[in-house]
Amino acid sequence: MTINEALPLAVLASSLLPGLVIFILPEAWIGTRTTLNLFGAVAKLALIAVLLAGVQAGEDYGVRYAVLPGLDLAFKADALGLLFITLSAILWLFTTLYAIGYLEGAPHRSRFFGFFSLCVTATMGIAMAANLFTFFVFYELLTLATFPLVVHRGTAKAMRGGTIYLAYTLGGGALLLTGIVWLHHLLGHSEFAHGGVAAALDVQQYWQLKIIFLLLIAGVGVKAALVPLHGWLPQAMVAPAPVSALLHAVAVVKAGAFGIVRIVYEVYGAEFAQSLDLLTPLVVAAAVTIVWGSLRALFQDDLKKRLAYSTVSQVSYIALGVSLFGPIGTIGGLVHLVHQGIMKITLFFCAGNYAETLGIHKVSELGGAGRRMPLTTLAFSIAALGMMGAPLTAGAVSKAWLIDGAQAAGKEWAIWVLWTSSLLNAAYFLPILWRAWFGKRPEAWPQEHIPARSWRETWWLLLLPPLVTAAATLAAGIFADSPISPLAWAKLIAEREYSRATPLSTSTF
Amino acid sequence: MIDPLAWLILLPLAWATLAFLLGPGRGAWLGIGGLAGQLWLAVGLAQKVGAGGRAIGHSVGGWGAPLGIDLAADGLSTAMLLLTQIVALPLAIYARAYFKADDPAGLYFWPLTGFLLAGLNALFLSADLFNLYVTLELVGLAAVGLVSAGGGAQQIAAALRYLFATLIGSGAYLLGVALIYGAYGTVSIGTLLPLITAEAPRLVWIAGGLMVLGLMLKTALFPFHFWLPPAHGGAPAPVSALLSALVVKASFYLILRLWLGPFAALADTAASLTALLGAAAILWGSYRAIRVQRLKMLIAYSTVAQLGYLFLIFPLLSGAGALQAGVMQAFAHGLAKAAMFAAAGVLIKATGQDRVDGLAGAAERLPLTLFAFGLAGVTLMGLPPSAGFLAKWQLIEAALAQGQWLIVAVVLAGGLLAAVYVFRVLRQAFLLAPASRDIWPVPRTLEWTAFALAAMSVLLGLRGLELMQLLRAGGAA
Repeated sequence: MTINEALPLAVLASSLLPGLVIFILPEAWIGTRTTLNLFGAVAKLALIAVLLAGVQAGEDYGVRYAVLPGLDLAFKADALGLLFITLSAILWLFTTLYAIGYLEGAPHRSRFFGFFSLCVTATMGIAMAANLFTFFVFYELLTLATFPLVVHRGTAKAMRGGTIYLAYTLGGGALLLTGIVWLHHLLGHSEFAHGGVAAALDVQQYWQLKIIFLLLIAGVGVKAALVPLHGWLPQAMVAPAPVSALLHAVAVVKAGAFGIVRIVYEVYGAEFAQSLDLLTPLVVAAAVTIVWGSLRALFQDDLKKRLAYSTVSQVSYIALGVSLFGPIGTIGGLVHLVHQGIMKITLFFCAGNYAETLGIHKVSELGGAGRRMPLTTLAFSIAALGMMGAPLTAGAVSKAWLIDGAQAAGKEWAIWVLWTSSLLNAAYFLPILWRAWFGKRPEAWPQEHIPARSWRETWWLLLLPPLVTAAATLAAGIFADSPISPLAWAKLIAEREYSRATPLSTSTF
Repeated sequence: MIDPLAWLILLPLAWATLAFLLGPGRGAWLGIGGLAGQLWLAVGLAQKVGAGGRAIGHSVGGWGAPLGIDLAADGLSTAMLLLTQIVALPLAIYARAYFKADDPAGLYFWPLTGFLLAGLNALFLSADLFNLYVTLELVGLAAVGLVSAGGGAQQIAAALRYLFATLIGSGAYLLGVALIYGAYGTVSIGTLLPLITAEAPRLVWIAGGLMVLGLMLKTALFPFHFWLPPAHGGAPAPVSALLSALVVKASFYLILRLWLGPFAALADTAASLTALLGAAAILWGSYRAIRVQRLKMLIAYSTVAQLGYLFLIFPLLSGAGALQAGVMQAFAHGLAKAAMFAAAGVLIKATGQDRVDGLAGAAERLPLTLFAFGLAGVTLMGLPPSAGFLAKWQLIEAALAQGQWLIVAVVLAGGLLAAVYVFRVLRQAFLLAPASRDIWPVPRTLEWTAFALAAMSVLLGLRGLELMQLLRAGGAA
């Protein structure tokens, strides 16, 4: 096995192995567990740094082996996969730190961190899958690994949320599987390739390809929370804050969105999908989701629920960008995959801080929280402004590229959707900020767990992660033009996607 | 040179007899040692058959057919032999720890299990219809003995019901064999193969119908499943595991053997009906598993459902991949169901009761067992990575290739229904435990063997290549 084959496997192993060891660690071995967690997260980052440098230089990283005759478990670390991997690995490190602080003294931590690591492993597998079969294996593994996290608290409410989550995701998985096997049957394989593979089929089979597209998108659309498949997301809010952060920013919804990207670009190919009229329904679904999610968010008093509906809306920016036919929209969608992750994880960290420190769960209870917890509220404000697309934040970059992409694709109505969404974002975020900074402080907080000590408004493990990700939100906005920004990487991917001749164009000429 | 074909039958007979002579409750180590030897023989045989790519034969005592007894191992039978030994060895280790020295349920476990395995191995190796009948009876009687062992009135009732079902099943089979012998004057499968055609006399059709119906009764295909849940749900855990994982597969194997072999010309007519019954089994078995209160009944009804998948392959057998899907499903279910019954045995021993909703809190003390149950559940749901998933994939692909959309829908629905009953149990692991809860200590061996079986069912999902290559041997595929 060469080093280029071993690296993708090492990326998987760097979270899988610590996870398996953590399962069997006794509950009280906190030090060992923490060390393992952090060692895994840092080792993964180091491996990814090597991959990033290599892929930029044009190296190919991949490995495959046969599970059944004609059916391979195959991995490749390409530019698109690395975008998702890098985001997940960085946010995993900070979520782990946060979770260590958040779960201090709580029961079942070995179980929690074990499944947490499995969840990240599944995300890595999804990102590096080189064919739909492998993608599906890890996509379902992600469902199984996140269920114990969602129901972690074991209350009746958690169980209900978990059951709904399972019903949606397993149902979506069944649709996805049907689509994948059907495609595999038609093509004889299910590999991903630049420019797509589906165009190789006969014209008589195009109607089947359309149904398959519907099945595949519905399957990944459940996790990407496309309306009307989004019902599980607000219910899954019963999970502990680090899990919500992970579900919303990194793992689950992004797995769905990433699936859409792979299916559109590397299974069908943007041009071929466009020629089959498949992108227009997708762009409409994304637009409906964007507006509907924002509208629903307006009416939620529960802070995490409001954030959840905000996720429903924001993740569809990615789908929108991807299905706007053209490189500029692609860049906007891909860069939002990263930007939304950074901003949303900040918001969930902060929501968790309010809940853990002061017992605040509702928007209406937030009055004066800004003066009690200025740093948390500052981070929250930056991320919220970013979501609205305020200048100097990551959100502004995504939005600018998406609007340009809509313009370039001749879909002016999509620009209106984006502006409407921005207005709605402001309508549900600004009251939170107003209340937190300028609202009247109550006599007593609902349930103050952690007392303030000088400038430390809460425990430092809870405070550090949101501050770092908030800073990243600003950095991704201000330094968007630097060569190491997410934007630069998204441009690299779009360049490689659109510069290559697709099978369709080669066969027609 | 040891001939694996003969020794795979002689070895279990030998240790069963010895265990019987040693007296009640003894012979555990004999059994484990013997099974280790059998596993070694089966693996060696699989390598030989897989590498040679064709069937291996053996004439007992040097007398070939038509006078003597012929044994033959092709890809399909070798695969079933392999499954039998792989499942039985961990279960034997499990059983040794499960039965306490004076446990009345374990008094005759070792001799009966030995005879059961000898019967199973002989069944997979036999090449003529009458010998198959003899092995079928041996398996059936040993299984009834195991179910009734040391039981109360309810268990005896279940065993009697099982006995009637198995006797009627093998009786119908024997009648069919007699008719065939009357028509052709031979019972050797190889000789019959070219003789039976679609123009065969009505009598042969009746014979074939009788044989297949009898075997379906023994496989507990819906609506003949009535005897299975009480028998499998009432027996001690290691026995339930052996029966659900292996014994019902034996009669399925025989149907498959007849269907692909002598009755191939007659089979087309009944294929759709068989698949329809299989679909009904999946839906009805899953529905019952979702509703029942007792843990072992849940698992037993899950067996009814999972056996349904095996029968979905019959309309697809003319195309590629269906046989592979069936054998993969047999492996997936065999390993996972053995693991699940083993895990259930641990849970029942530890909590002292058998209700699904009485398990809350047990997970905290027995995480490994719950994990084993979960992994086995993943296989039964057909989620990746597991052998169950590969079976599901192959089945859907074979069905798509022939445009059998109904089968695709049933397979997918079956997976979702399985998720409902599996998570009925798994959710107990996450519920807050009641404050006062007695958990009796359980030997670690029990937990680890259950886990090993479950892990195998998952790991096979990452490497099914060798098994599929084995199936190609001997023209079975």
